[in-house]
Amino acid sequence: MSFSVFIDGCLVIGILTLACLCLATKHLFTAIVLFVSLGLMVAIAWVRLGAPDLAIAEAAIGAGLTGALLLATWRQLSTEPANNDADTANKSGDENVPHP
Amino acid sequence: MSQDLLYIIASIGLFGIGLYGLIVAPHIIRKILAINIMSIGVFMLLVASASTVNGTPDPVLHAMVLTGIVVAIAGTALALFLAGKIHTLGQASDKDGH
Amino acid sequence: MFHTPNLKEHDHANELSVITRILCAIAIGTLSLSLIIMLIVTDNPSSVLPALVQQQLTQSGVQNPVTAVLLNFRSYDTLLEIGVLLIVAVAMLPNSNFISNINSDMPGNNPSSGRLVSVVTNAQVNPTLEAVLRWLVPMIVVMAGYMLWTGAALPGGAFQSGALLAGAGVLVQLSGRLQFCFTSTIAKLLATIGLIAFMVVAVGVAPTTGVILQYPTELAGPLILLIEIAATLSIATILLLLYNSLATQIPEMSPKPLASNKQPSASNKQPPAQE
Repeated sequence: MSFSVFIDGCLVIGILTLACLCLATKHLFTAIVLFVSLGLMVAIAWVRLGAPDLAIAEAAIGAGLTGALLLATWRQLSTEPANNDADTANKSGDENVPHP
Repeated sequence: MSQDLLYIIASIGLFGIGLYGLIVAPHIIRKILAINIMSIGVFMLLVASASTVNGTPDPVLHAMVLTGIVVAIAGTALALFLAGKIHTLGQASDKDGH
Repeated sequence: MFHTPNLKEHDHANELSVITRILCAIAIGTLSLSLIIMLIVTDNPSSVLPALVQQQLTQSGVQNPVTAVLLNFRSYDTLLEIGVLLIVAVAMLPNSNFISNINSDMPGNNPSSGRLVSVVTNAQVNPTLEAVLRWLVPMIVVMAGYMLWTGAALPGGAFQSGALLAGAGVLVQLSGRLQFCFTSTIAKLLATIGLIAFMVVAVGVAPTTGVILQYPTELAGPLILLIEIAATLSIATILLLLYNSLATQIPEMSPKPLASNKQPSASNKQPPAQE
């Protein structure tokens, strides 16, 4: 078995495993992070298939920007609306950001 | 087992995993992730059938997949925006109505 | 599968039963196996298109075959693709403006009067990220410009460099020091210039060669570069607009995050107690 077939086989096994894990994990944040890493492995697969333009585009658009959009929506869906008191809306977010 | 065959099997596998995830997953973001995985599978099938052993690979299919990647992120962004809007309007109606 | 999808993460209301899942898995497994067998059995039909592209490559104005196909041989597809991006941007634009009680540069009554990029004066800033970005953003801009220029002969092109610039914009927004307003006039101009330039070129070459989108051979290289520059600006603005409208939350919701969520994004906290 030649070396390039071995590399391609490892990539394919990695891609299929990441896809299965992405849809089977319990936490949604883990699923989004696994999707970004799946996008990066698919970018390597594009290089192996002789498509470097696609590799650059997939790494930038498919993995990076899609991951940013998914994380932004995940954050939006996991917050609750405000109650009528203003100070509980303030104090839960300021813990680990240094005040200027 | 040649390189093309390996990636064709991977692409159909990705498509099947994505389709199963789309049907089974309950949360809407997981469904959007599953649709994206299905589209990655389709792109991989196109590029795997475009690569030749000798000579340059087929550039028409590469251009088609590049267009597909950009349109896929546009569709994903719109779907995520609609999910956020459903969430916002659902909570607004929960606060007012019930 | 036909229930309404859940919006809460650990809500198990609409999950399918185990038997349905197993049946689905068996059906999809059979489908996949039959597709693989069919793809193995049928031989790859030889297409005449790669040979045609190689023949006409010298007359297309660029040396990279993918760029030649994207921007010369099948430029109509690229035109429509930029149009699709613009449609999605228009659909998501109203969510990306927010009320200006942080910064006086933000638009008040007239949304077009805001500036595209404005400095935030009293919001939370991530100092490590800001320090890294002082070095990283100029490098990203140079890299994007290089990738745009070298797309003619080497792998690169308009989409890749536009995506790089959009990534730099996402990082800048996450650091908290700058904020974007996409209803300003210059933002609308940047978002539409790709489609406008493409259509002007498409219609403008028609009197010379008789067919729209058919570039004259000696002008093909400069025309492709012009279209690519406009498309890069447009793609970067639109992708950044998509992220901005998803990462901005409407201030009257004033969110109280759940316990698992600890990282605020500086552009959307609108604390009412801060004056």
